[in-house]
Amino acid sequence: MMDQGARDKTASGQEVSREDELNEARRAFMRNIAAASVISLGGGLTLFTVGGSQAQAKKPEEPLDPKKRWGMLIDTTKCSDGCQKCVDACKQENGWEAEPHSPHDVQWIRKVNVKDPATGFMMSLPVMCQHCANPPCVDVCPTGASMQRADGIVRVNMHICIGCRYCMMACPYKARSFVHEDIPEEKKRFHAPMGKGCVTSCDFCAHRVDAGKIPACAEACPEGAMLFGDLNDPNSALSKRLKGIPSYQIREDLGTDTGIRYTRLP
Amino acid sequence: MRALGKYVAAALVTGVLGVGAMPAATMAGEIGPKVPIDKSKGSCVLPGKEMRRVHMDILKHRRDLTMYQGIRGGKQALEACLTCHMVKDEKTGKPVTVASPKHFCRVCHDFAAVQPDCWTCHKSVPEAAVREAMIGPDGKMKASMMAQLRAFVQREHGGRK
Repeated sequence: MMDQGARDKTASGQEVSREDELNEARRAFMRNIAAASVISLGGGLTLFTVGGSQAQAKKPEEPLDPKKRWGMLIDTTKCSDGCQKCVDACKQENGWEAEPHSPHDVQWIRKVNVKDPATGFMMSLPVMCQHCANPPCVDVCPTGASMQRADGIVRVNMHICIGCRYCMMACPYKARSFVHEDIPEEKKRFHAPMGKGCVTSCDFCAHRVDAGKIPACAEACPEGAMLFGDLNDPNSALSKRLKGIPSYQIREDLGTDTGIRYTRLP
Repeated sequence: MRALGKYVAAALVTGVLGVGAMPAATMAGEIGPKVPIDKSKGSCVLPGKEMRRVHMDILKHRRDLTMYQGIRGGKQALEACLTCHMVKDEKTGKPVTVASPKHFCRVCHDFAAVQPDCWTCHKSVPEAAVREAMIGPDGKMKASMMAQLRAFVQREHGGRK
């Protein structure tokens, strides 16, 4: 937990940095639009120059670039208690519904509120699959359904998932959930299929990322608190931001090397 | 005279058999229901006869490409299948889901009594906004995709077409 003085300093210096970050978010947004429009033209040859250093987009028929590793920086100072926009956007995009704290509903992302009992300091942060470099869920999977893509996205290949839920037990972040019931046709999403008897979890909106877009949660955040990008590219907005500020992983001690990092984690 | 009669009889028999065999042969090509397809959107990935045999392998191959390599869009995408083979309900005008026996998968699968497991998870109608990336800008399958597919089919089914 940070002491009161440290928080005040951050709070006072926040005005400038928030403006900077908003600008950066806007720039990233424009880059995405540029990349997407080139894709729709069917050209794509100039993609690596269009997005500048970002260059997120790949052509749909191209395989993944193993040099990339997608990650995210979540600024908890901008994340407020009660705001559920990222969660709602994910529900909308990926077609799941869950009551808060439901023991059996599917959840890909959730808001967690934490409180320091000693000082009363409270904060709120979104927690989803952390897209570990060393994912315990992949280690334990008996069928190979729990997998890591070449670009670092960890997801479930539901075609070969047998629903044993070992990965749910192994995940330190409680990111995975089991689909207990049939999903009616009208609630299904085309690009995020899930069905009874399989484990499912956040896949970093792989269908969007493959099309050069950012995940739905990051796009929906009104504060720009979620910065998505390529951790392996030193020139990406994400890498530059990470270089400038301290950031933390949840349960760093486990050595999972998460792709999602937080600033101002207690 | 008797010999001639034999010839005539033989000719008749062959003729009858020949005529009898003709419709049987024509029917052999059409056994089973006809899969509804909108040809205005271009031809299918492969001719119908081959699709009947290899569609499940193409789907499986493609599914792995998408899962592991993020390859999406094009004619082999499941969404592309559903778009061209979409059947609309006569009353509502909406595309029918797999709950209806008119759905193009069920047309054949009901006949063959084979139950595909795809639709417990996958949506069985194309999403309203079908991505343009589905088919190349010229309305045809992209050449790179086609080559990939040909190589795959050749490798997997070259010996037993």
